[in-house]
Amino acid sequence: MRGIVRVFGLPVLLVLAWWAYSAVADNFYVPDPLRVAQAFADTWFGQRLLDDALPSVGRLAAGYVVATVIGVGLGVPIGLSTRLRATAEPVLEFFRAIPPPVLVPLIMLLVGIDDTMKVLVIVSGCVWPILLNTVEGVRALDEVLADTCRMYGISRWHLILRGASPQIMAGLRQSLSVGIILMVISEMFASSSGLGFTIVLFQRGFQIAEMWSGILLLGLLGFALSTAFRWLERRILFWHWSNRA
Amino acid sequence: MSRTISGAAYGAAGLAALLAVLEAVPRLGLVDARFLPPASEILAELGGLLATPELWIALAETLRGWALGLGVAFVAAVAVGVVIDLIPGLRAASNSTIEFLRPIPSVALIPLATLLFGASLGSTLLLVVYAAFWQVLIQVLYGVADVDTVARDTARSYGLGRWSVIRHLVWPTALPYIMTGLRLAAAVAFILAITAELVIGSPGLGLEIQTAQSGGAVPTVYALVVLTGLIGIAVNAGVRMLERRVLAWHPSVRGATR
Repeated sequence: MRGIVRVFGLPVLLVLAWWAYSAVADNFYVPDPLRVAQAFADTWFGQRLLDDALPSVGRLAAGYVVATVIGVGLGVPIGLSTRLRATAEPVLEFFRAIPPPVLVPLIMLLVGIDDTMKVLVIVSGCVWPILLNTVEGVRALDEVLADTCRMYGISRWHLILRGASPQIMAGLRQSLSVGIILMVISEMFASSSGLGFTIVLFQRGFQIAEMWSGILLLGLLGFALSTAFRWLERRILFWHWSNRA
Repeated sequence: MSRTISGAAYGAAGLAALLAVLEAVPRLGLVDARFLPPASEILAELGGLLATPELWIALAETLRGWALGLGVAFVAAVAVGVVIDLIPGLRAASNSTIEFLRPIPSVALIPLATLLFGASLGSTLLLVVYAAFWQVLIQVLYGVADVDTVARDTARSYGLGRWSVIRHLVWPTALPYIMTGLRLAAAVAFILAITAELVIGSPGLGLEIQTAQSGGAVPTVYALVVLTGLIGIAVNAGVRMLERRVLAWHPSVRGATR
């Protein structure tokens, strides 16, 4: 009982406060929660889920997977070679420092405004945190451990990927939030479908409750993805000290 | 010492190689030069832009939104974090709310910002504050939870008041965490400041990029993107410097400089 109050107490209070505010203030931009919940059900349970939400998530997944493959694939050789690392580091630091959303207009120039553009935007933003963290993780591999593995004939790739995996996961976590941002922005820029596009459409049409329902959906998506990621991280890094405590 | 010099030489070679590739690809016609101008052209364009007052005004607008938003988020997050720590039971009660609100991508608020503030500083601030707030708050909460129980008991038995405990015990313990939060928040705040300008059209570098792109001024787009990268590097370096300065007494920094 106490646990339930602890988890749901504050959220319920906040929703009640929202309700009270919307009833008292009669603010055009703040509809009451019931109206938003109604709009949420009407808007998203149906064709929109298939036409807008799923393609968005699909593009995010595609971009994220490609970025992971490129990031880890390039990060391992760069991390293993001191020279390569010294050569590549300033370039990588520069690319990482570019705010990913400015790549949207650039990639639009290069490939147009189709699905490829959106996936490429997500790849181009997600790849840097993964790449840099992989480099860092591979570089910090324990030398004694490397020698031990060689002695016992354990495959080098196994050692590298396992040893660097806590860092790689840290990079993947950073990339996930970058990826969601880019998914939304690339659709706001130039698109005829997708979550970002639909929400902006509602906003331009002053469909306030529908717009809020879209914000809510994006929030739920962000929450769901980060929860799924944490679950996956615990599975993959179950052996790591950070999960042993 | 010679190691760092040769490291710098390799780094310079890497940058030179990047520039050479970016110069060669459009010149050889691998990519249409209309869409990817040669590196020399981009840098010349950047040099030209730096001589115009408009660019500096846009840069100042961006940095103003960044700094104001970061400042508001930082102060609010530290205050909220300390309050959550001070009131017994609030930490457990607020946990689910924080864990739900934190992963909400702040770009989801773009339509709301557009309606409430239009293309102005307010939109930038809404996005920047929301994104930066959680980065700092999470670190503050980790930090205040890290206070040594023995030290806390000692403080109590010596009769330190509530404010003295915060000032002399909680604050120094939490400070390294808070600085980490500030570093993460500074980078995120810069990304969101540029995003707000790019998507909503608040004044700043992002708006300049959008204008250049819709006007077909391709070299300008590239030059501005390079500039945002350079500012991003400067922001990271600046916050790191601040971190080293503020934490000069902390073992993690003292050990590194020795």
